[in-house]
Amino acid sequence: MPLDYSRITFVVLIMALVTYLTRALPLLFFRREITRPLIRSFLYYLPYAVLAAMTIPNILYSTSSFYSGLAALAVGLILSFFEKGLLLTALGAALAAFALEKLLGLY
Amino acid sequence: MRRPKSSFSIYFSEGFQDGIPIALGYISVSFAFGLAAIRNGLPSWVPLFISMTNFTSAGQFAGMDLLLAGAGLLEIVAAILVINIRYMLMSFSLTQKISKRMRFWQRFVLSFGITDEIFALASQRIQPLKPAYLGGLILSPYLGWVLGTLLGATAGFMLPPAWRSALGVALYAMFIAIIIPPAKKYSPVFVVVIIAAALSCVLRYVPVLSTISGGWRIIICALAASGAGALFCPVSEARLRLRR
Repeated sequence: MPLDYSRITFVVLIMALVTYLTRALPLLFFRREITRPLIRSFLYYLPYAVLAAMTIPNILYSTSSFYSGLAALAVGLILSFFEKGLLLTALGAALAAFALEKLLGLY
Repeated sequence: MRRPKSSFSIYFSEGFQDGIPIALGYISVSFAFGLAAIRNGLPSWVPLFISMTNFTSAGQFAGMDLLLAGAGLLEIVAAILVINIRYMLMSFSLTQKISKRMRFWQRFVLSFGITDEIFALASQRIQPLKPAYLGGLILSPYLGWVLGTLLGATAGFMLPPAWRSALGVALYAMFIAIIIPPAKKYSPVFVVVIIAAALSCVLRYVPVLSTISGGWRIIICALAASGAGALFCPVSEARLRLRR
């Protein structure tokens, strides 16, 4: 398939612009302090809810096999429960997926 | 009051150091991105260019897939918008958290660096966010993101296929590492996380509902779960100030 590099460049720049605007518009133009407890609580919970919805169930389909995804999820939960940090949790989960795929004879 | 000249570099290096764990996590994720790009026949500069200008995980993975599938511009823009609309909510949340004196141009520049992980770390900081701190907190993950993409796009083919497959979980494992510690300490966060995850499964597996695209699914789950949390477990003023 021949690739049109000027189109790729153009589309990537548009993607960048759209992404930037979602991040910048509130920060640039909203200055008031929110006092309503309901909205403040909502914003407090939001990042955790977003990340949870992105992770479950997608992690189960992020490797070559459902089961290695499941193993990675389990190990990730254990490592993060003991607060091992971003890096160790990410590497530990990847290692679990790797080991299970070896066990299943996928590679 | 006149501050000592070095206060900028103190805050900046503090932010930079706080960002290093994110940077290391990002290297593995963006490595997978760079690798996926060259495996799909793109030259190395394309994933690098995407990572440098977009600096977003889920959005740029989806954008590249659509680009390779020959999707139209409108479809790509709509997908990016839906996947990244959560940044608007995070940015909105940060307006309450940044120092009041942050200038327009500083907001303009720093907005570029709002990612899930940077936001999570920034919002857990007790003090108001100073531009120097936020700049450092953004710079180290950004360098990690670009470096990982470069490595994946140039040397990724040297990695055995079993490792390539396993790297796919790195992004999600990083998300888990952000969610679980606060969920452990404060049970309403745990409940909100369970609601979001359960609802996400419902929307993914139940027929008809499963036709909802991934981006919309995230928005619906996040709004419903945080809304339920806010309604039934409003966060106390003291905790909001501590952000823990």
